[in-house]
Amino acid sequence: MSDITETTTLGDGHYDQPNEAVKEAVDHEEAVISHDHDDGHWSDLQFVYLAIGLAIVTAIEVALSYMVDDLGALFLPLLLLLMFVKFFSVVLYFMHLKFDNRWFSILFYMGLFLAVGVYIAALLTFEFFTA
Amino acid sequence: MADTAVHAAAGHDDHHADHGGHYTSTGLSNNKLAMWLFLGSECLLFGGLISTYMLYRGRHTANLGPDQVWDIPFTSASSFVLLMSSLTMVLAVTAAKRRDDRTTNVWLSVTALLGSLFVAGQVYEFTVFYREGLGYTTSLFSSSFYTLTGFHGVHVTVGVIMLLAVVGMIIRNRIPGDKAEVVELVGLYWHFVDIVWILIFTLVYLIPA
Amino acid sequence: MALIERPRTGDLTPAVATPEATYGAFRRPVHSTGWKSWLFTIDHKKIGIMYGVTALFFFLVGGLEALLIRAQLAGPNGTILSADMYNQMFTMHATTMVFLFVMPMAAAFANYLIPLQIGARDVAFPRINAFSFWCFLFGAIFINTSWLLGGAADGGWFMYAPNSSVPFSPTNGIDFWGLGIQITGVASLTGAINLIVTVINMRAPGMTFMKMPIFTWMAFVVQFLLVFAIPVITVALFLLMFQRSFDATFFTVEAGADPLLWQHLFWIFGHPEVYILILPSFGIVSEVLPVFSKKPLFGYPLVVFSGAAIGFVGWGVWAHHMFASGLGPISVAVFSVATMAIAIPTGVKIVNWTMTMWGGKLVFSTAMLFAIGLIVQFTIGGLSGVTHAVAPSDTQQTDTYYIVAHFHYVLFGGAVLGIFAGLYYWWPKIFGRMLSETLGKWNFWLMVIGLNMAFGPMHIIGLQGQPRRMYVWTEARAGEGFFNLGFWNLISSIGAFVLGFGVLIFFYNVWRTHFGRHKAPPAPLDPWDARSLEWMTTNPPKEINFDRTPVVSHLDEFFHRKYEDRGDDHAGYEPVATAEEVLAIEEANADDDVHLPSPSYWPIILAFALPIMAYGVIYNILLIAVGGIIVLLAMFGWALEPATAPDSDYDPPSDGGTDLELPTHG
Repeated sequence: MSDITETTTLGDGHYDQPNEAVKEAVDHEEAVISHDHDDGHWSDLQFVYLAIGLAIVTAIEVALSYMVDDLGALFLPLLLLLMFVKFFSVVLYFMHLKFDNRWFSILFYMGLFLAVGVYIAALLTFEFFTA
Repeated sequence: MADTAVHAAAGHDDHHADHGGHYTSTGLSNNKLAMWLFLGSECLLFGGLISTYMLYRGRHTANLGPDQVWDIPFTSASSFVLLMSSLTMVLAVTAAKRRDDRTTNVWLSVTALLGSLFVAGQVYEFTVFYREGLGYTTSLFSSSFYTLTGFHGVHVTVGVIMLLAVVGMIIRNRIPGDKAEVVELVGLYWHFVDIVWILIFTLVYLIPA
Repeated sequence: MALIERPRTGDLTPAVATPEATYGAFRRPVHSTGWKSWLFTIDHKKIGIMYGVTALFFFLVGGLEALLIRAQLAGPNGTILSADMYNQMFTMHATTMVFLFVMPMAAAFANYLIPLQIGARDVAFPRINAFSFWCFLFGAIFINTSWLLGGAADGGWFMYAPNSSVPFSPTNGIDFWGLGIQITGVASLTGAINLIVTVINMRAPGMTFMKMPIFTWMAFVVQFLLVFAIPVITVALFLLMFQRSFDATFFTVEAGADPLLWQHLFWIFGHPEVYILILPSFGIVSEVLPVFSKKPLFGYPLVVFSGAAIGFVGWGVWAHHMFASGLGPISVAVFSVATMAIAIPTGVKIVNWTMTMWGGKLVFSTAMLFAIGLIVQFTIGGLSGVTHAVAPSDTQQTDTYYIVAHFHYVLFGGAVLGIFAGLYYWWPKIFGRMLSETLGKWNFWLMVIGLNMAFGPMHIIGLQGQPRRMYVWTEARAGEGFFNLGFWNLISSIGAFVLGFGVLIFFYNVWRTHFGRHKAPPAPLDPWDARSLEWMTTNPPKEINFDRTPVVSHLDEFFHRKYEDRGDDHAGYEPVATAEEVLAIEEANADDDVHLPSPSYWPIILAFALPIMAYGVIYNILLIAVGGIIVLLAMFGWALEPATAPDSDYDPPSDGGTDLELPTHG
């Protein structure tokens, strides 16, 4: 893991000497690509395990939805938690974001968190969460 | 200076032959950056549709609200189908990285099949709701529900078309550029459609209005 | 110049491609001259020019609409426009200026300059770039066909619900508007993704983010705003389409709907949109001021950071457009404070620009005058903006001409003056001839005097209570003395025509520079003693942009190649090379075998399908199917065609030499 974070810098700050710049850029590319080939690669079986896990979580979610009255105030946070677990399992592992270059995370999370932020704020002005 | 540049470029060219990539400032693929950015942008599209539904889910005629029309077991089954299609998609991507065209095509086809099954389930569900009297313009709830899930369904359909197109192009060997990357890009789109459904399933179906 | 060429050392005659082997359905277009070379081009420079020409055409259209409005309001009980026509006129004036002039004009500069400023040979996805332009053009034409098909949109550019519903606006105008904005939205979204990837991935070796020219930085921020703002208006426009064409009730109050939903969606998009309009001009003046002050930009990192901060905070202030809508005290207070906060990074920029000029050897060229004009006029608009941030004061000003005064000072005094600064500054780079400075100064002064005459009195008119969007005002309620509405309305209308005259001088200037007896001679290589990388090319740049991919070691790379800091005490820079010498070195060490991306039929075909589908939504559902089939076919053609024509498409074919391929995929 530690060497992943080292090689997946944003690709800047390498070019102090102009003469070396092209060479370094290529070296850098090599570093990124080579890490792409050995690290964070799950076997097919691991993916199958994760999918089974996600199916189980979905089953729990459905089961919980039949126990609204029993769970009371716990119901909503519990269900949202399971939703987040599923959401980020797919994003981080199936979509490989956890092992990929930081740029992909930056671009995607920018949109995701912006969306969550502005729409929750908009719903707040409609008093959606309090009414 | 010029020598260095040419030398490095030549070195890069060998490299190019190995990986099918090009020199870029970050060493990343243009296509993949664009796809992630597009998915980030899509977050705001679905965010807007989900918010509209959230605002309007309680505004319906007396006996045709979410809690009356949902068929949770059925929707759970179709959610399961879509979730599993994410697994088959991942298997297609790993096969493509091994350059195993046959296995890639098998898993891509299975993914397309599961996707079609999900869309078919959605069409069936809409038909049932419609028979129960829930038309597109019946209430604010129905309009916003059909709009949200309809947009998602269109995304799944587009995904199925892309999957089938990739299968056809792999069979006829007509993919320009890096085959594994094309499969990976379609995969990213497909997983995104799946995570949107994860949100919709919980927020729209499971949480009572 | 040939569209596909492979310059090689010792043999500089371009080799033209033959349309033989191809992987697409058609043979690739290879036209290097004539209209076909423009229609199927994927060259970012040609696309940039097409964006610019189209945008300037719509600037004239929008200007004509504005003059009709001001003519109507020059005297009491105006009769030039009917009430209905007036509604269409102000709606289309705003729509045209925002979506069809300022946005595409910024896209023109961004397309043309970003690859040049970062030392690239094209954008990341050249075909998508062409697609974006054609979407914009077809969308713009589509919106304007509504004039001939029953009347244009009449609900204001914000198209507030429920006023935008069929009972209140029964013509197809709003349908045209919504669908047309949707199509130009596709253009903006694809263009933005393209440019972001270009900036991230195609910078020349050595060009780190903090060595990037400031215009590229500001355009980069703008593209992020577009990527995330466009989908929000897409949602709103889809809801509007379902409301108007398919009988949904998203904004029908009787059905229990919340019309404020539209306002929220619109302004979540609309406020970032404001920064989408102004930030490119901020970038332009940040390039122009240092060049004509003979000093580097003061506090470059601060200007970059404040630009990014404006972009970010811009997402948290949208509800200040809705203070009068009954949001509730908490929301109003929160958005009020956030709005005041955004004045801080904007103020930082103003200070940086002023400090850039401080102590500099100022050259008052036309471009410089426009840049200084922006600082002054935008600051005036910014100050009236702060008065809207104060909610109680805003409640008084809402829907009066005071608001009109404010946003014309920031948009015309800000965005448009910045655009003109850019036009005068980069004209020799883009077209190889310099615009007349004498005419340029007439152009500048008439525009600035005109804009202050036209928009200045609107502060008074507005505070006196004249509402926006009223098609007449009456003498009986005009008031007396200094605050007489009639007097100030007349001044404002005269000012608008002075402004219009100033704009016409620009077009005359362009004509005179390129045609007629007083045609300007070819521009010198480096007329302004410029600083950034785009000037390290010929005027206009070659097809391949740079003979050799530049290797960057400084911010203001071109300047540092011309001047060196000789003294140990850092007292000053001494010239070490002329621009011609710098360029000669590059030419002597030119890269051989540059593969440029190849032209394609598919972008224009794909874009053409969109208005067909849009007409289908309005007139006949079958047309949607026709458009859909074209989309599908065009996408397959596109996908099957490699971005760069294979070697067999070249004549002579590759001899296996060094092969510097462009990282283009689109």
